[in-house]
Amino acid sequence: MKEELIVSGKHLPDIYPVLHLWHWEISLYLFLGGLAGGILFFAAYFYITGKEKEMPTTVKWATIIAPLALAIGLSSLLYDLHHKLYFWRLFTTVRFTSPMSWGAWTLMIIFPLSLIWIGTYMKEMFPNWNWKFKFLNDFEALAIKYRLSIAWLMMALSIILAVYTGILLSAFNARPLWNTSILGPLFLVSGFSTGLAAIMWLSNDEHERKVLSRIDIFFILTELFLIVHLFMGFMAGTAVKLEAFHLFMGGAFTISFWVFVVLLGLVFPVTLEILELKGFHIPKWVPPLLILFGGLMFRFVMVDAGQITRFLY
Amino acid sequence: MRYAMAIDTKKCVGCADCVVACQTENNVPHGYCRDWIVENVEGTYPSLDMKFQSERCNHCENAPCVRCCPTGASHIAEGGIVLVTHNDCIGCGACVEACPYDARYMHPEGYVDKCTFCIQRVDKGENPACVDVCPTYCLHFGDLDDPNSNVSKALKDRSWYVLAPEAGTEPQLYFLR
Repeated sequence: MKEELIVSGKHLPDIYPVLHLWHWEISLYLFLGGLAGGILFFAAYFYITGKEKEMPTTVKWATIIAPLALAIGLSSLLYDLHHKLYFWRLFTTVRFTSPMSWGAWTLMIIFPLSLIWIGTYMKEMFPNWNWKFKFLNDFEALAIKYRLSIAWLMMALSIILAVYTGILLSAFNARPLWNTSILGPLFLVSGFSTGLAAIMWLSNDEHERKVLSRIDIFFILTELFLIVHLFMGFMAGTAVKLEAFHLFMGGAFTISFWVFVVLLGLVFPVTLEILELKGFHIPKWVPPLLILFGGLMFRFVMVDAGQITRFLY
Repeated sequence: MRYAMAIDTKKCVGCADCVVACQTENNVPHGYCRDWIVENVEGTYPSLDMKFQSERCNHCENAPCVRCCPTGASHIAEGGIVLVTHNDCIGCGACVEACPYDARYMHPEGYVDKCTFCIQRVDKGENPACVDVCPTYCLHFGDLDDPNSNVSKALKDRSWYVLAPEAGTEPQLYFLR
């Protein structure tokens, strides 16, 4: 047998006996970041491919959610910081080895960019909209002129935004559950799927929802594949990875993951979406609600379970 | 210049003087500790082997906490000592999540804190507080690049191990068997 006991007392709050430093603030932000990334990606993508008229909600209306989601997410992150007054230190340096630094800078650029994007469409969405100041009108004209460049930039940044939420967690090699390179793509696909779900929920256009639904089916099936792959990696991994595996296979997170995230959040909605494409009538709000719920639960489960996995003791 | 510490597990009796000395020297907040004692028991009864490990931040060469810090508050100072610049720290906790040894903690004032190898003492040529206070003289500190330092001499003829080498952090705390 091998037994290791801390005998001097290490009653560090949030660290001992099990690490639990990150709470709901981080999970909520990861969800909202992925959601905003997904919405902005598809807005930019369908604009660039010239489908602006066909996909009005995707390119215009749904993008209003993105800055709202980011604002709530960023407030949540700020609330989580323990040294709040120094938050600006994130922006006095760029650290290429820290995914958190990439995220901070990506958000710094994509947040105003999303507002500019919405700004260029204000007069189309709200016909009586008046900027009132000349410099705003000039800026709107400039932004509309360069909308294609903004779209390309937004597409690239939204991918970074969604994928870095996973890369951030996978960079912590001290948490075996997180330390897998699959997490980046998994969070990317999940984030994009939640973005599609939000857009589908908002859209009233039958054709638009069909297009988004087909794409979402593909993303959810990819997500399911990546989850299987994730667990295969744990099964074939080192002792600490096997412990992470057991947390989800009979351990504390079994039900919350397989029922709430996989069954309710992925399998059930994708089935409903496929049935809807085949002609069955599914209430518009059911698949998106389940997907959004599943996405949120996924982040909660990953953040909580990851902090339980460890190398020592 | 590469500071490191060797802990003689045969001599450590788990008295925790090092824990208290550190708390006194570094004004560690009440209830927190920068170092701690682990009792390591191996074998099958009656052939049991017990070791005491006085653990702290390992001041890793490949420190994941420095790699993950978004502001650069967590940095490697001269001699390989890993430090946190308090006013650069935003208290995000990434470094706490990144440390496989759970050596870091969130100071009540908001920044992240941990063992600093008593850099304020090392800069004056002294040993860290824990090393000086140990009643069994089981802690050895010094410059690994100097073959005559206490730590180099302690490591020379003894078999040693490090904690969680598979984490790839290259820790600088050596436990003598």
